Order: sequence, then structure tokens, then C-alpha cells
Amino acid sequence: MALLFNEEQQYLKDTAKDFVQKNAPINHFRELRDSKDETGYSKELWKQMAELGWAGVLISEEYGGSDFGMVGMGGILEETGRCLVPSPLFSTALLGASLIELGGKADQKKDLLTKIAKGELTTAFALEEGSRHTPYRISTTAEKKGKNFVLNGKKTFVLDGHSADLIVLAARTSGGIEDQSGISLFLIDPNSTGLQRKRTHMVDSRNASEIHLKDVEVPETKLLGELDAGFSIIEEVLERGQIGISAEMLGNTLEAFDITLEYLKERKQFGAVIGSFQALQHRAAVMFAEIELTKSSVMGALNAVDENSNDRSRFASLAKFKAGETLHLVSSEAVQMHGGVGVTDEFDIGFFLKRSRVAEQIFGSSDYHLDRYATLSEY
Amino acid sequence: MSDIQTFREETQGWLKKNCPPEMRKPGDVCWGGRNPSFSHPDQEIWLEKMGEKGWTCPMWPREYGGGGLSHEENKILQEEMFAIGARPALASFGIWMLGPALLEFASHEQKLEHIPNIVKGKIWWCQGYSEPGSGSDLASLSTKAVEDGDNYIINGQKIWTSNANYADMIFCLVRTGPQEPKHNGISFLLIDMDQPGVEVKPIKLISGKSPFCETFFTDATAPKSNLIGEINKGWTIAKRLLQHERSMISGMGLATGAGSGPKKTSGMAELGKKYAGTDEKNRLADSQLRAKIAKHDLNSRAFGLTLQRMAEDAKTGGPSATASMGKYYGSEQNKLRYEIMLQAMGTQALGWEGEPFTPEELAITREWLRSKANSIEGGTSEINLNVISKRVLNLPN
Ligand SMILES: Cc1cc2nc3c(=O)[nH]c(=O)nc-3n(C[C@H](O)[C@H](O)[C@H](O)COP(=O)(O)OP(=O)(O)OC[C@H]3O[C@@H](n4cnc5c(N)ncnc54)[C@H](O)[C@@H]3O)c2cc1C
Repeated sequence: MALLFNEEQQYLKDTAKDFVQKNAPINHFRELRDSKDETGYSKELWKQMAELGWAGVLISEEYGGSDFGMVGMGGILEETGRCLVPSPLFSTALLGASLIELGGKADQKKDLLTKIAKGELTTAFALEEGSRHTPYRISTTAEKKGKNFVLNGKKTFVLDGHSADLIVLAARTSGGIEDQSGISLFLIDPNSTGLQRKRTHMVDSRNASEIHLKDVEVPETKLLGELDAGFSIIEEVLERGQIGISAEMLGNTLEAFDITLEYLKERKQFGAVIGSFQALQHRAAVMFAEIELTKSSVMGALNAVDENSNDRSRFASLAKFKAGETLHLVSSEAVQMHGGVGVTDEFDIGFFLKRSRVAEQIFGSSDYHLDRYATLSEY
Repeated sequence: MSDIQTFREETQGWLKKNCPPEMRKPGDVCWGGRNPSFSHPDQEIWLEKMGEKGWTCPMWPREYGGGGLSHEENKILQEEMFAIGARPALASFGIWMLGPALLEFASHEQKLEHIPNIVKGKIWWCQGYSEPGSGSDLASLSTKAVEDGDNYIINGQKIWTSNANYADMIFCLVRTGPQEPKHNGISFLLIDMDQPGVEVKPIKLISGKSPFCETFFTDATAPKSNLIGEINKGWTIAKRLLQHERSMISGMGLATGAGSGPKKTSGMAELGKKYAGTDEKNRLADSQLRAKIAKHDLNSRAFGLTLQRMAEDAKTGGPSATASMGKYYGSEQNKLRYEIMLQAMGTQALGWEGEPFTPEELAITREWLRSKANSIEGGTSEINLNVISKRVLNLPN
């Protein structure tokens, strides 16, 4: 298994770094937050990102994508993570494109993937219903009525749900509340009658929403994948999502660590820079070790998708576990090592702490993945 | 067929013909030496065959008896040995530490004299670094070597010298220059242990074993041709050798397959199930223990990938300051692994000898005690964290 970026992938990542540093430094995010921007991301920026080919990184050339695979996507997410850039990259280019690629019929793919690759269509994945990741506990229902399905229920923590042009939603078409079978996926127009979306303001000032469904009618042609068989698509998309968000979290971690190292080398107390105190040095060194392990886990997992490894599921849990643990540690230590300025709004470091806790919850916390890894390893 | 495929087939063929059946089972590894001891006749045959081929040191130059293999070829050799369960033919400080340092710093004549003997396991080497007053602060060492015609005369004491009671030769740090500045008066000298001026006294460990010794030098001698590199410039060699040592110890964190292949686990889970039982879903019944094992397995896997990534990254070759990261993490992981096993086994892991403990249980207990030295030998965890802070993160003094 390759654990380093190849030349092409490295180039893509370097380009992303340049672009983000120039066009969307952390201040870009701060401005969006302060102005309470309605979309929560800059549409103009997303257009530029799409022009660079990022919207189509996972989409084959046949549909106008650049087909760089998950390693390519991971490199970009790491760089946007460094600057906390809000954009549809995760919910559209990763989740949306994957859902349609894995579940779509030929005409759905042609239509939707082409639009996504051009940056003309944004998507949101409506799965969760509770406050903790329980992917198959689905009580939102879809009942057949003539040539339509009628949907009722409520979805929570839908990333980009308030702004997306298309919602991919998981509903129960048969079976009991925790059954893996009996789940189906639907492509839903957010302007449908009976559908209401409410933006949720999370601590990280990023973009999520609730979606309420009351007798929402969806034509049967809008089924994504086979009836009752959404599980296997969801499973694979979740794993890609877990790995992708881990790459973004690695970027968060690296930036928070760099900012902190810089501070350790410049802040003086007791007539010396605080980075000369061994109590802080050792904690920094331990963080370094954990970060190195996280890099390898994320890289291994990204490759596991591209190489179609039969151990992909465990790799996904490894990446999300490690990325969660390490970002949690580094973002907490970063605040502590800044002293008083660490807890001020004016200083950026607090953003990483806030983002950390939200990202940890996306598609399962470290504890969730610890348990999942043990189960997959048969103990 | 590509060269590399040809190499794989040839290697398979050679191993099939030359690796004796007994050496395809798990067991102890031979340490060689002037008077080697073999636990089975096949061990001697295996050492001879591998030594001739240079495959005890696969990537060292052929000129000095090594295997001359490329990185890729070596990987194939290791895979093929793993595939038939072949154990290493030889273990030694010569392979892990001294050899790489000699290849980098010794003269052509010195290499010709010492490297082939390391490859063939003809000399058992030990390491004379630490002294009673100089452990972590190694550069303060005071064992002296003074010129006398074609020789050096050595006086002083080393301590914690692993296997000094079996070793034929010692690679030693000695003071040849003035005390201050302390790093600039140290030389790297090879000394024969088989002489009246060298005495060793074994020290007993908490595990009950005596794997290391005090080593006393009283007017011991070594020819000047045994000085490696320049006089008073031994510290550079000493540090480089420590990096090799630390990389070697890093690997221990992976000891029982960190699950590099699919479905492979560390063996802790099986142990846990055996002693703590399972629930109705065949999960380990003790949920706290299960979580600890899973966390350790995940970290071992991440660590294994990291060692692999660093090896891929080290295009310039050889270990660097990142070796300290590996030494720190690997040794802490290994200690934690034994603590978890103890927890899984309860009082069955706390026997010292006799009934009602099985030999396997007693071995785990002794290994648990042995593992406590992992984060001390080869530079303590604290010292390695210091190295990371200063050399990798560039934090100031
Ligand atoms: C099993 C085993 C085998 C060994 N084999 C060999 C061998 O073959 N040859 C050989 O030469 N040596 C050998 N050693 C010795 C080993 O290298 C030393 O024990 C080690 O370097 C520590 O030195 P010390 O024991 O004097 O501890 P000390 O240096 O006295 O350390 C005591 C404690 O203080 C801490 N400490 C010291 N300095 C600092 C600092 N600057 N910052 C923070 N904390 C600090 C240490 O981390 C440690 O926790 C072996 C040791 C063991 C346990």
C-alpha cells in the first residue's frame, strides 16, 4: 500500500494549498461567521473551486470529472481543513457524488454527476435522526402511493442541508426501526410541498440543518438504488465520508499545532520563551507522535478506498478514530498553551476547538469507531 | 517476466532448498560468536547458508559479504521468509547497530576486517556506552583510553552492558580528550573482551534474568587500528548508532502483528476471550478490557503504518531524528500491551513459578517485567521526547 502522495496527487494538494492560502485564509471563515452569511459559504469561492476541478475529483472523466480518487480528495480536504474553509466540497463533491455514483442508474448519473462536476448542483445527505451517530436507526417513513412515495419524519444534523439544491434522504420502506434492510434512498427537491428545512447554528459556525417532512410526495423515479436496499450504498458512502472528514480533521490538527508551535517560540515568561519549558516540550512532542500516526492512518484509509482494499471498513474506523482523538487532544492543548489569549474570540485558535467537537461527531465519534473496529475484528 | 518476478522465484527456490524444516517453526534465534551455541543442529546449518548468501544482512554491500539487495528485493526476501515461517538466522548488535555505523564511518580495511564477521555471525558484539555516572547524560562519560605506542590503554567502568558475559568484542565510547567541552573528547573504539584487563559481573533484573553486566577495564588494550573515525570525533558516530538502535527498538511496538493484514489481530483479543469470556454476540465480555484492547490495536496499526511511511519517505536513507518518535511510541506501546495482558489474565498472570501456572502464563509475567526496560534502554522515553522537541520541533533550550 502506498503511503505517500504520488507526483500528481502532490501537485493537486500543493495547488490546493496555494489557492486556499490566497483566497480563503481563516479570515474568510471569520467574515462569513461575523456577517451571519445566509448560505454559510461563498458561492463565488465554490465556483472557483469547481473551475479547479475539485467538484469532480471523485467523478469519472466520462461525466466531466477529473477522477483523482480519494487520495486526491483527501489532499484537498487537508488543505481546506487547515484554513477551516466552509464549502460544499464534503457534502457535494464527496458524499453527493459518491451516493450517485454508487446508487444511480445510468441516466441519473449522467444528469447529476455532470452537473456536480461543473459546480452547478449542490447536494446534502439526510441520514441521521438523533443526536448520536446511529446510521440504521431510521424511523422516517416512505410509503408507496400510486406512482409516488409519501415521506414523513425528521432528519437532523444534515450538513449543508439548508442550502443544497438536492437532498439525498434515507427513509424506511420496510422492516423494523434498526433493521439494515428496508432502507431506501430518495432524491428530493428541497422545494417539495411539505418539506421544511431549518438551519441549525452549531458551535463551529458551519452549515447544518434539520429537515422536516410532512406528507412529502416523491415520484418513484426519484428512488436512488434498489428499493429496500439502500444499506450497502449508505455503508460505503459513510466509509468514504468518515475517511474524507478525517483528512479534513488532519488539516485542522496540523494548522492548530503549527500555530501553537509558533506561539511557544515567541511568547516569553520568566525571561525565557515558554517553548523552553520541558513540561510544554514533552506535551508538544507527544502531540507530534500522535499527528504522525494520524497522517499514516488517514493516508492508509484514503488508499484503501482507491485500491479497493477488502479491509476498507476497518481502515475507515481507524482513520476516524485517530483523527478524532488527535484533533481533540491538539485543539485542547492548543488553547491551554496559549493561556488567556487562547480563550478569546479574537484569536483564531478557539475556532479549532469548536470545529473539533463538531467534526468528531460527524459519522461517528472515536468511541463509536473503537467499538466498530473491535466488532469488525470479531471480538 | 520482470527482473523482480525472477528474483521472487529464485528466492522461493533457494529458501525451499536451504531453509531446514526446524527453522520454519517459531523458536529462539542464534546470536553467533566465536563459540556459538545452537539449540538445534538446523540452527547452525541455517546460519551458515544465510551467512554465505549475505542474507543475514540483505542490504549491505556484497564487497563486505552482505546480500547487496535493493530495497525492493529485500522486501521480497522478507515476504518469502515470512510466507514459510522462517525465523531469522542470526540476531546481533552487530547487525542492528555496529554494522550500519561501520559502513558509514569506518575505513575500507576496518570494514573488510569486521563486516563479514558480523554477516556470518563469527563475532558476538556488545555495546559499551553507559557508565554508573553517565546514563541519559551519556556525553559526560569518563572511561579513559590513553595512547601507548600502537595501542590504547583503557581504564574505567561501563554498566548495563547487555550480554557482556557472552560477547567477544565491545564497541565502546571512551574519553581520549579533555573533559570539556565534553562532546569533543570522545572516541569510538573496538575492544576485545578476551583479555585479562576486562572483567564482567552480571546484574540480575526484576524479571529474574541476568541479561546485562557491569564491565570493568583495568589496563585493557586495543590496537590503534580499532579506532573508528577520527580521534575525539566519536560522538557523531555514537549518536548515529543510537538512531539505528532506536529504530530497531521501535519495531517492538509491533511485536505481535499489529494487524497489518486483514483480519489479523494482536492476539490480545483472543487472550481476553479466553480468560474473561464472551457475551451472547461473541464479543469480549469485559467491555472495559475490550475497549483497551481495541484502542491498543488501533494505535499499533497506526504505528505500523507510520514506520512503513517513514521507511518509504527516507529516500536519503538511514534513520533520522524521527527514530526517536518510533522509539518512544513503540516502547510505550509494548509496555502497555503487557499491562493489558495482565489485566486480561487476572491472578493467572501473577505467578512467579510452579503450579498452577502454565509455562505460557509464566512467560508472559516475565516478559511483562522485561518490557519495563523498553522505555529505558537505548535512551529513555523522556530523552526521546527531548530529542523530538529540539531536533524535530526546533523548540529552544
Ligand atoms: C535492559 C537494558 C539494557 C541495556 N543495555 C545497554 C547496553 O547494552 N549498553 C549500554 O551502554 N547501555 C545499556 N543500557 C543502559 C541504558 O542506555 C540506560 O539505562 C539509559 O540510557 C538511562 O540511563 P540511566 O539508567 O543512568 O538513567 P538516568 O539517566 O539516571 O535517568 C533516570 C530518570 O531521569 C530521567 N531523565 C534523565 N535526564 C533527563 C532529562 N534531561 N530530561 C528529563 N528526564 C530526564 C530519565 O528519563 C529517567 O526517567 C541498558 C538498559 C537497560 C534497561
